[in-house]
Amino acid sequence: MNYFPDEVIEHVFDFVTSHKDRNAISLVCKSWYKIERYSRQKVFIGNCYAINPERLLRRFPCLKSLTLKGKPHFADFNLVPHEWGGFVLPWIEALARSRVGLEELRLKRMVVTDESLELLSRSFVNFKSLVLVSCEGFTTDGLASIAANCRHLRDLDLQENEIDDHRGQWLSCFPDTCTTLVTLNFACLEGETNLVALERLVARSPNLKSLKLNRAVPLDALARLMVCAPQIVDLGVGSYENDPDSESYLKLKAAIKKCTLLRSLSGFLEAAPHCLSAFHPICHNLTSLNLSYAAEIHGSHLIKLIQHCKKLQRLWILDSIGDKGLEVVASTCKELQELRVFPSDLLGGGNTAVTEEGLVAISAGCPKLHSILYFCQQMTNAALVTVAKNCPNFIRFRLCILEPNKPDHVTSQPLDEGFGAIVKACKSLRRLSLSGLLTDQVFLYIGMYANQLEMLSIAFAGDTDKGMLYVLNGCKKMKKLEIRDSPFGDTALLADVSKYETMRSLWMSSCEVTLSGCKRLAQKAPWLNVEIINENDNNRMEENGHEGRQKVDKLYLYRTVVGTRMDAPPFVWIL
Amino acid sequence: MSTEEELQSNVSVASSSPTSNCISRNTLGGLKEHNYLGLSDCSSVGSSTLSPLAEDDKATISLKATELTLGLPGSQSPARDTELNLLSPVQLDEKPFFPLLPSKDEICSSSQKNNASGNKRGFSDTMDQFAEAKSSVYTEKNWMFPEAAATQSVTKKDVPQNIPKGQSSTTNNSSSPPAAKAQIVGWPPVRSYRKNTLATTCKNSDEVDGRPGSGALFVKVSMDGAPYLRKVDLRSYANYGELSSALEKMFTTFTLGQCGSNGAAGKDMLSETKLKDLLNGKDYVLTYEDKDGDWMLVGDVPWEMFIDVCKKLKIMKGCDAIGLAAAPRAMEKSKMRA
Repeated sequence: MNYFPDEVIEHVFDFVTSHKDRNAISLVCKSWYKIERYSRQKVFIGNCYAINPERLLRRFPCLKSLTLKGKPHFADFNLVPHEWGGFVLPWIEALARSRVGLEELRLKRMVVTDESLELLSRSFVNFKSLVLVSCEGFTTDGLASIAANCRHLRDLDLQENEIDDHRGQWLSCFPDTCTTLVTLNFACLEGETNLVALERLVARSPNLKSLKLNRAVPLDALARLMVCAPQIVDLGVGSYENDPDSESYLKLKAAIKKCTLLRSLSGFLEAAPHCLSAFHPICHNLTSLNLSYAAEIHGSHLIKLIQHCKKLQRLWILDSIGDKGLEVVASTCKELQELRVFPSDLLGGGNTAVTEEGLVAISAGCPKLHSILYFCQQMTNAALVTVAKNCPNFIRFRLCILEPNKPDHVTSQPLDEGFGAIVKACKSLRRLSLSGLLTDQVFLYIGMYANQLEMLSIAFAGDTDKGMLYVLNGCKKMKKLEIRDSPFGDTALLADVSKYETMRSLWMSSCEVTLSGCKRLAQKAPWLNVEIINENDNNRMEENGHEGRQKVDKLYLYRTVVGTRMDAPPFVWIL
Repeated sequence: MSTEEELQSNVSVASSSPTSNCISRNTLGGLKEHNYLGLSDCSSVGSSTLSPLAEDDKATISLKATELTLGLPGSQSPARDTELNLLSPVQLDEKPFFPLLPSKDEICSSSQKNNASGNKRGFSDTMDQFAEAKSSVYTEKNWMFPEAAATQSVTKKDVPQNIPKGQSSTTNNSSSPPAAKAQIVGWPPVRSYRKNTLATTCKNSDEVDGRPGSGALFVKVSMDGAPYLRKVDLRSYANYGELSSALEKMFTTFTLGQCGSNGAAGKDMLSETKLKDLLNGKDYVLTYEDKDGDWMLVGDVPWEMFIDVCKKLKIMKGCDAIGLAAAPRAMEKSKMRA
């Protein structure tokens, strides 16, 4: 390759798109490093505090697409205070100052403000794509500035954000000249929607492929929208409590029939049975179905719908479908690759929903299954062993038994053997979430067999520090380790400090780690940010004489090349 | 109604030592609760006792407070609750505060039961820790569940304190099903967005199993001048009084000089209309945005109707609230809805 001019090498690099591969290329030699950095357009930053925008831009001046992740994963479950950090404004300010030609911004778990959205919309002439996942801090006013100012907007994708809906007219802020929309997802908005503006917008967007409406869009509007956009591929519908009258129903059916390219369906926060059945004609084309918010749909209607979906690859559903429903899925959806079964009753009322039987049925019926997230009431080792045998191809295996520390309900044993079977059989396993009663033994198995494991979530598990040590020593590819309510302490934490340099982050909450242990870690590893999160005054930890032995509430540490962050709130103590 | 008598005497003692009230701006029982939980910097009574009140009352009140809050460390002192709303009986289902870390999952079941079943966090354990409660480590770990394995790291946990910063507390959710499982923060691991969406959906539809308020109903609470907003679960309160006191606690840090506020209000029977007076007295007005997008004064309509229509709360400065929807309009609206 050294005999080729740079331009040729660069052209070759164009075909290398994955971040991992590009990172690997840049390490080969200085000249490749140089060529790679000038040609890199897409950058992924898994932890926004691992680097700062200035350094990013110095290395990749031709940046066009940036992905940033902010808060740690457990922030999703309210374990991280709202004000912890993850502010996007400094990034946008820096990018704006540098005049880089930003076209795409994807953010996850970050704090976004209207100010940052406004700045974003004004600073980058070619800005095309905004994807916000689980973000917060902004309102529809911010969306209005994006709509108004981004002349070439292609994607506006808002997934599960907390948006203050000012019920303004953000949809009418799209100028009449805006015809480039491909993705429009505002399902998470709670307020009323200007239907007229929406219909006009959809009508003048011939490239629109993905449209996800919020709950405020009524059935007849949906039918009209589908008529305007028969080319739609991905549709998110609203909330339909009542069965439509016969005329509306016929219109809806007619509109749906025209959408022959429709492959993905979601929404249905509420769906009266007839609304659902109107979709039956296109079900045979569907590859993705998300009914996980449809709390009010009875299992039988769900099953009727699913029986038509023979080509389904991805299914997100509520556990109200039951084991029987999962058996139907197993016998119908032979192409299934990803399944998520969410709990419908979050107060732990004990309504059974799904058990190990559903999981086994799925594993037996769906040979292509590689990703699963399964909330259930109970599990057995035998079932897990069977699942492992049936599906050795798991990449992501996340099992959540709703009651913490619950053992095998038949043998009353811990579930070590079951999970052990999973990690042993699934050689490509990258992500694993554990639950149920677990001893150190399961971690021994994980350390021994889970060679590809990158992310591990542990809750209420283990007996001693050995558990955590098995994992840290064994899983060479570990990137993100998050632990809560498990008896791992300083010994495990400090055993191999250099390990954390190979990982993105470690989260430990309600474990046995002490303040002095964390301090020692911080001393040994200045390239780590060791953050202690306490909701009270951190000063109190010092005052208390027992300072060293005081257990730390929440510990979050991550490697960084830019040192301590300056934007931490008072209850976050960076050692 | 021995409760009331005790409480009457409580109130008089409380108002006679206004300085001790400074930590909590609650007119009615802040003193008691702080001392109950052993916040030693609040009173001279000492951290291990339950109440700073007159000697003769102390024993009874202590006992009372103990009974009512067994296994519910950090929850509102029931006596205080009762003072706020003497119309309703002392409630066992205390409501959680929402600290910086929302802990909407933290609903603790009836204490006695769980204590008996060998949980780690028996009330006696928490009592022992009062003496060292100085560091008042916020904790959301006061879960209790029957098969607690040895993995629970309990010893370091202090009882969540009832201080104005709004520490989390476990509550007794008496409306939950008989299984009455304790709930843990962040468990099951489901995104808040999902929880909220499902909860709203459930609320909107007819109650299938007759369980009122089967989901949480979170609304944002903003306050003029506060740097950030909070969220509260309206379903976790039974009346305006509880909501008011919870909000007070939450936003204490942002208000000025509210020490020793009018104890007179405490003596009144706090009906819904009186809530306005209470808040007006402090120069703040609690308002809410309803389904139509209008900003209304809190307290005009019956509580059940209120939580049905309330989308957002806002604590406005009294002067800003002039011209806000007055009672007649609210009644009109409620009539229309009925």
